[in-house]
Amino acid sequence: MSKIDDLDEGLSGEGGDNNGIIGSNSGGEAHASGSQLKLIVQTFLENKLAIVGIALVIIAVLFCFVGPLFYHTNQVTTSYNITQAPGHGHPLGTDQNGYDVLGRLMVGGQSSLEIGFSVAIIATIIGVLYGAIAGFIGGVVDTIMMRVVDTLLSIPTLLLLIFLAAVFRPTLTLLIIVISAVSWLSPARLVRGEALTLRVRDYVKAVRVMGGGSRRIILRHIVPNAIGTIVVNATFQIADAILVMATLSYLGLGLPPPAANWGSMLSDGVNYVYDGYWWLIYPAGIAIILTVVAFNLIGDAIRDSLEVRLQKR
Amino acid sequence: MPLLEIDDLYTNIRLKQGEVKAVGGVSISINAGETVGLVGESGCGKTMTGMSIMRLLPASGYIASGKVKLDGRDLVAISEEEMRAVRGNDIGMIFQDPMTSLNPCLTIGSQIAEAVALHRKVKKAKAMERAIEVLNLVGMPKPQERINDYPHQLSGGLRQRVMIAMALSCEPKLLIADEPTTALDVTIQAQILELLDSLKDQLGMAMLLITHDMGVIAGRADRVVVMYAGKVVEQASTEEIFASTNHPYTEALLASIPKMDGSVARLYSIPGIPPDLSNPPTGCRFADRCRLASDQCRDNEPPLVTNDQNHSFACFHPVGIEANHVKITLKVEAEEIQRIEHADRKPLMVLEHVSKEFDITKGAILQRKAGTLKAVSDLSLTIYDGETIGIVGESGCGKSTTGSMMVALEKPTSGKVLFNGEDLFGHKPKELRLIRSNLQLMFQDPYASLDPRMSVGTIIREPLDINKIGTSQEREKKVISLLSEVGLSSRAVERYPHEFSGGQRQRIGLARALALNPKLIVADEPVSALDVSIRSQVLNLMKDLQRTHGLTYVVISHDLSVVRFLADRIGVMYLGKLVEIGTGYDIYENPAHPYTAALLSAVPEPEPEREKTKVRKIIKGELPSAINPPSGCRFRTRCERATDLCAKEEPPMTSFGALHQAACHFPLISKVEIRTGAAAF
Repeated sequence: MSKIDDLDEGLSGEGGDNNGIIGSNSGGEAHASGSQLKLIVQTFLENKLAIVGIALVIIAVLFCFVGPLFYHTNQVTTSYNITQAPGHGHPLGTDQNGYDVLGRLMVGGQSSLEIGFSVAIIATIIGVLYGAIAGFIGGVVDTIMMRVVDTLLSIPTLLLLIFLAAVFRPTLTLLIIVISAVSWLSPARLVRGEALTLRVRDYVKAVRVMGGGSRRIILRHIVPNAIGTIVVNATFQIADAILVMATLSYLGLGLPPPAANWGSMLSDGVNYVYDGYWWLIYPAGIAIILTVVAFNLIGDAIRDSLEVRLQKR
Repeated sequence: MPLLEIDDLYTNIRLKQGEVKAVGGVSISINAGETVGLVGESGCGKTMTGMSIMRLLPASGYIASGKVKLDGRDLVAISEEEMRAVRGNDIGMIFQDPMTSLNPCLTIGSQIAEAVALHRKVKKAKAMERAIEVLNLVGMPKPQERINDYPHQLSGGLRQRVMIAMALSCEPKLLIADEPTTALDVTIQAQILELLDSLKDQLGMAMLLITHDMGVIAGRADRVVVMYAGKVVEQASTEEIFASTNHPYTEALLASIPKMDGSVARLYSIPGIPPDLSNPPTGCRFADRCRLASDQCRDNEPPLVTNDQNHSFACFHPVGIEANHVKITLKVEAEEIQRIEHADRKPLMVLEHVSKEFDITKGAILQRKAGTLKAVSDLSLTIYDGETIGIVGESGCGKSTTGSMMVALEKPTSGKVLFNGEDLFGHKPKELRLIRSNLQLMFQDPYASLDPRMSVGTIIREPLDINKIGTSQEREKKVISLLSEVGLSSRAVERYPHEFSGGQRQRIGLARALALNPKLIVADEPVSALDVSIRSQVLNLMKDLQRTHGLTYVVISHDLSVVRFLADRIGVMYLGKLVEIGTGYDIYENPAHPYTAALLSAVPEPEPEREKTKVRKIIKGELPSAINPPSGCRFRTRCERATDLCAKEEPPMTSFGALHQAACHFPLISKVEIRTGAAAF
């Protein structure tokens, strides 16, 4: 039974009117009980793949950031104990520099995850604000702002990144900035599309009638209502950033040694592919795949659970 | 034997959890050549009944039990392939929205021909001939030329004609019309209803007319079936059902519709909302909302009994036999007139020769001007403190734009909007913000006007936050008091809009509008998205709030009975022009402008006697384009009285009474030269 029935108190000031009391019944439209957030979380948790995704992300974070506290390895100085097969003090063997692969996977994952999260946050904030402003103002401003986005999108991302990586000496901060600089374009487009439809909604008109300004409309009404698109896009952005980072590192344009990273590990391992040193390729490759898949699963589940809210209304 | 016999039909719709029992045991029979009206509120299962006949249920829906017999053949039992031969051939169907029911990629000719080719197994050229023939039949002007048009090139009324042509192309024995005119303007609605009526007689087919509009039923149906919560509650001939209603639901439904004659001061409203059909109550489904319900009604389900007048109803306490009728408070006409004339006539808002034109542009960056749309032209109007002004007209006549200018959302292209004697648009943005809190808007769509991401408390507090009124605690208190004023409990604060019904949302919208203690509220179609029984609650509430807050309303609506109920004075707009203004009596009983008269005669009223004998003055044609409006009087292209003078000279506003003015060269009543100095409009 819905809770709608206890919301009505009847019209006030209707003395002697036999039909004054409204809502003394039960039922009505099938509404969810409780807040929206509860409903969203509930639907999200009903999705089994989402749980898998969440579990994988938690495992990845624990593995990369908590793992090194318990599993101490030397990841700074090289040794002669190179390309040793798994076993004997090295569960996943050692690489061509004599570093322990399992330990390197943990350290390398740190920079991958850091870049993933940072890029997603920065690119989303810039993209959302840019897109919301363009969509909300519309007209000539929108046209110019979106042509800028189109122009930037037409430059091949990899070419730009290779160029930048070749000119500057890559650091973690620089990589984050560079990947963000090419990643904000897609949320900008998506949010602009949302803003175009949201700005003509009656509740936006209502804010104007109340005397509210554009800043309030964008931040309080347009952005929160586009949050579904934004969050989903952000999760995909994490996965994308990890992939871009891996690609760059694979091409040898990532962080210079001794800094480690899943992509560069994979790139180094490829040199030994014909020697049968599988432990140099599979661990890094599987780590990348699992992390990317996990974030994609979460993104899908969030999108589905946010849509349920609309269905049930 | 009846043409169509529905016997104890049950249709369910599967949900993620449980099932909605959309149709719960419906039996209806339709004889050849008969029009049966199926009425009820949204969600009562009337559309699902129609869809079950056609076996066009949504993917999750299925017919649980029951028979649908067409000419003795059970449609529930036959195969899908056999059913396909029945659809379109034996039973035709018209849907509500002609835009979405037509394929935008195909010409209308080929869409009609498709249906013919499918069922008649004829060549394409032959099918096209038939298409032209039926288009001619449904009154499409110049069908040979229009046959190659695409749906977007046609107006709403013409599109509905195409839909009808498609449905009739194979001369079905039964036509199911599901809300055929709900998306159309009253004048077009009258044309389409007239057309359906004459086609029915011409082709000798039966019709199932599904609608929520009692007025449409009254004039067109031979027999009426009233549905409530998936069940038939009453069934009788049209005259019988209006004259001697037996079921309390039917009675309440009729009592909650405002009358066109303006005699009602306060509407009856059915308390509560319809039951949840995934878990229907035992006993009578209307019991919870019924004023006559007893314990017997809650425990046992009343059977559908038929009396000697072939009038059947499902109720233990039928109205008119054991119980009294509902009391409706009638307006005291003399008091009303006194109120208008002796009111403190202090002008609150004055519109002086206001015009609004929208540039139509082409190109993305350069935005070259391709033309101007004259939404409102030279409109002058004075709104007095404490009164309610109604503005009526067809869609596209500029009434909503006028409303937007009154609340300073749109700046007029020329002319002035004075509020309390000051020009609204002569202020700096900051000052305008202060004045604006006096002018609020009430929206049409209660689902779109509340931000779904905000709790109700935040929504109502937002205007106070924006204007920095009071401390945090004071704002909280104000929110609670506003909620109780609109009849909602304080528990609503924490909840989100999607947890409320349409009527409750509309009340939340009203509470938000009242937060700033406005002087003037512009209500743009305040109840047109609501069901009849909910509508009367909101209308009564609007009247109450006007009294307690000393509000001035501008009510914009296409529904003439709603405006008559709320408004003291009514303005009629046509194509951006105010053509007539006066009191309710002046406009409805004594119209001067031919357009007003035609508009009134097009409105279907829930009174079968009047509807069946009414001499309809149906307006020909469609609303001309506002980009190139006709010269002189803009109504001349559709007016019977138009002469050369109307094309040459624009008629000025002339007085027909103290408060009555109209702009016409050849008015329906004689001009009165009294109190011209009063400048009453």
